[in-house]
Amino acid sequence: MKINKIIVSFISALAILLSTSVVSFAKVVGDKIVLGAAISLTGKYSSNGVHTQNGYNLAVERINSMGGVKVGGKTYKFDIIYYDDESNPKRAAQLAERLISQDGVEFMLGPYSSGLTKAIAPVTEKYGVPMVEANGASRSLFTKGYKYLFAVLAPANLYLDVAIDLAVEKNNGKPVRIAQAFEQDAFSQDVRLGILEAAKRTKSEIIIDDKLPKELNDMAATLVKVKQMKPDVLVVSGHTKGALTAIRQIAEMKVDVPMLAMTHCDAAKLSKQHGKNSQYALCASQWHKSLTYKDKFFGTGMKYAADFEKKFKYDPPYQSAESSAALLVFKDAFERANSFDKKKVRDALAATNMQTFYGNIKFAPGGQNVDKPMVLFQVMCDDSGKCENKVVAPTKWASAKLIHPIPSWSKR
Amino acid sequence: MDFMVFQYPMITIQACLDGILLGVLFALIAYGMALQWGVMNIINIAQGDLVILGGYIAYFMYLYGIHPAWGVIVSPFIMYFVGVGIYKLVINKVVDRDLFISILATFGISILFMQLMNFAFGADVVLANSGYGTTFLFDNNVVLPNSKIFSAVVSIIFAICLVIYMKKSKLGRAIRATAQNARAAKILGVDTEKVYAATFGINAALCGVAGALISITFTIHPYMGLPYTIRSFMIVIVAGLGNLPGVAMSGMGLGVFEEFADYLLGTEFRIGSVFLLLVLILVYRRFKLSRKREYLK
Repeated sequence: MKINKIIVSFISALAILLSTSVVSFAKVVGDKIVLGAAISLTGKYSSNGVHTQNGYNLAVERINSMGGVKVGGKTYKFDIIYYDDESNPKRAAQLAERLISQDGVEFMLGPYSSGLTKAIAPVTEKYGVPMVEANGASRSLFTKGYKYLFAVLAPANLYLDVAIDLAVEKNNGKPVRIAQAFEQDAFSQDVRLGILEAAKRTKSEIIIDDKLPKELNDMAATLVKVKQMKPDVLVVSGHTKGALTAIRQIAEMKVDVPMLAMTHCDAAKLSKQHGKNSQYALCASQWHKSLTYKDKFFGTGMKYAADFEKKFKYDPPYQSAESSAALLVFKDAFERANSFDKKKVRDALAATNMQTFYGNIKFAPGGQNVDKPMVLFQVMCDDSGKCENKVVAPTKWASAKLIHPIPSWSKR
Repeated sequence: MDFMVFQYPMITIQACLDGILLGVLFALIAYGMALQWGVMNIINIAQGDLVILGGYIAYFMYLYGIHPAWGVIVSPFIMYFVGVGIYKLVINKVVDRDLFISILATFGISILFMQLMNFAFGADVVLANSGYGTTFLFDNNVVLPNSKIFSAVVSIIFAICLVIYMKKSKLGRAIRATAQNARAAKILGVDTEKVYAATFGINAALCGVAGALISITFTIHPYMGLPYTIRSFMIVIVAGLGNLPGVAMSGMGLGVFEEFADYLLGTEFRIGSVFLLLVLILVYRRFKLSRKREYLK
């Protein structure tokens, strides 16, 4: 009996030892470079989590089929270990820990959302694991002095400040009166900071400054104030529910405002859910398929969109495009570093200067991408009620002319 | 603090009307809660999640090209059976137990429902467009979306129907008898098990109506149930069990309170102010009760 017990415990100890020693070499196994990612496949971020995963997968497939990554004269293929973080920051941090210390991953891809990226970044930093993330735009990520965090997207404070500049330009360079309503999460508050800076720069006045709760589904009070005070611009940022609620209530309450600027329009599928009511809304976007950036893997944005649609049966939101770009950045960095040493790869990442279908990528010392401006598109509908997003700013990429001011509801 | 709501009389009127229309809807949900609380002595934490599930039924009808207003008829029908199902699976095992156990059980159901809805319908915020226009009052200074008026009217109709049903029908009388004294009702031949199942079903059906209305007026999302639970809990606490006019009044009162809190303190404190009010009322009640107890001593 006793001997039996000893044998069992010996075998299980051996098994544990073996399993850990096998996986601890998992960063590069055979001809595979193994990347790790904790992604929200369930929970409140699951739809955007899936967009992120689809973006990663498409890029892995494309890079592998086009020759993979060449390091030290040998060709490697990408592989990703995914875990579901359940949209929960604590879980995401645990999973990052597990990916690195148990699965032996030495290169990470980011999760979805600023909040989760914030939870993971201290872990990757502690282990010195380079992480290229594509879905955490909060400015606070880039002010903490992280050395191993690289974001292919523009920081959140640049999302909507272009809209204020645009409004001032349309007002013949004179300051404008701004009404704003922001959710109280890290991302939206960063967007707000951007607006405050733009207001200061253009000497514009903020006449309504409302905060939205995370369980928002009624913002009538803000809109009544807007009706009464008649600002020149209304800025709303509260993820998809903010965008949907704003459009629904603006249409129902017939609120007339010359310019309406928002975030998360394409994630909210505004034009699909609201049709013509969403017309003329200005939306901040990291990427739009009509932009003319190019690379040799995906070609242009249009081609990327077509390939994506063919595989996943829906139009790619920018969350997918930026996620695909993250893989292109990793490939480029590995080849330039010509090594799998974490430190060398990190330095190569820091020196990235490339163009992808998603935009130019060049990292500031804080890790944010400084070489890619945000674009603003406007929802435009034809008479049959079919709506499309057209880029209107910056002028370099514009595919349509901004409609300003928004026609009043009585004339629609 | 922003006192705009008192500076412009039109905004005051707007806030009051918005609040009343919203409050009627809350009252409907609260009425369901009061009913099953009174009959079964169960505080249903999953109330809000039943509401959201009802909303998804209307939303799916809308997706398939049926006008979401029909959800007001279809959703309670389906939700009734969902309610009976939940009763048979879980609630009948906790119905005679401690209140604490029923709270835990319904809390579990609430979490399960949230995750299941998230799994089945996705985490996107959705809504159903009714295409009802807008009513303008006072020279266009007060705007009321017709969808809000529609939801208030439908809520009132359902509440009236339910009151008549409880008074006139056999099942209604059985429910009331069970609420008064379950044991006596049982002795007199009332099948209390059946009554309980029906009560939970009716509660779920009311949640279904409210959910359909919410998908037409506001937005729905798998994780948005809790605020509705809290609101109905609070309305019932204020009004007391089995007091329908009280539920209606305190529902509307809560709606107006929320709107004013929204203007005065900001939208971010809207739900927070409801929680605060709940705490204040509970403390006040306790205070009053303890005074009464001392007096009795």
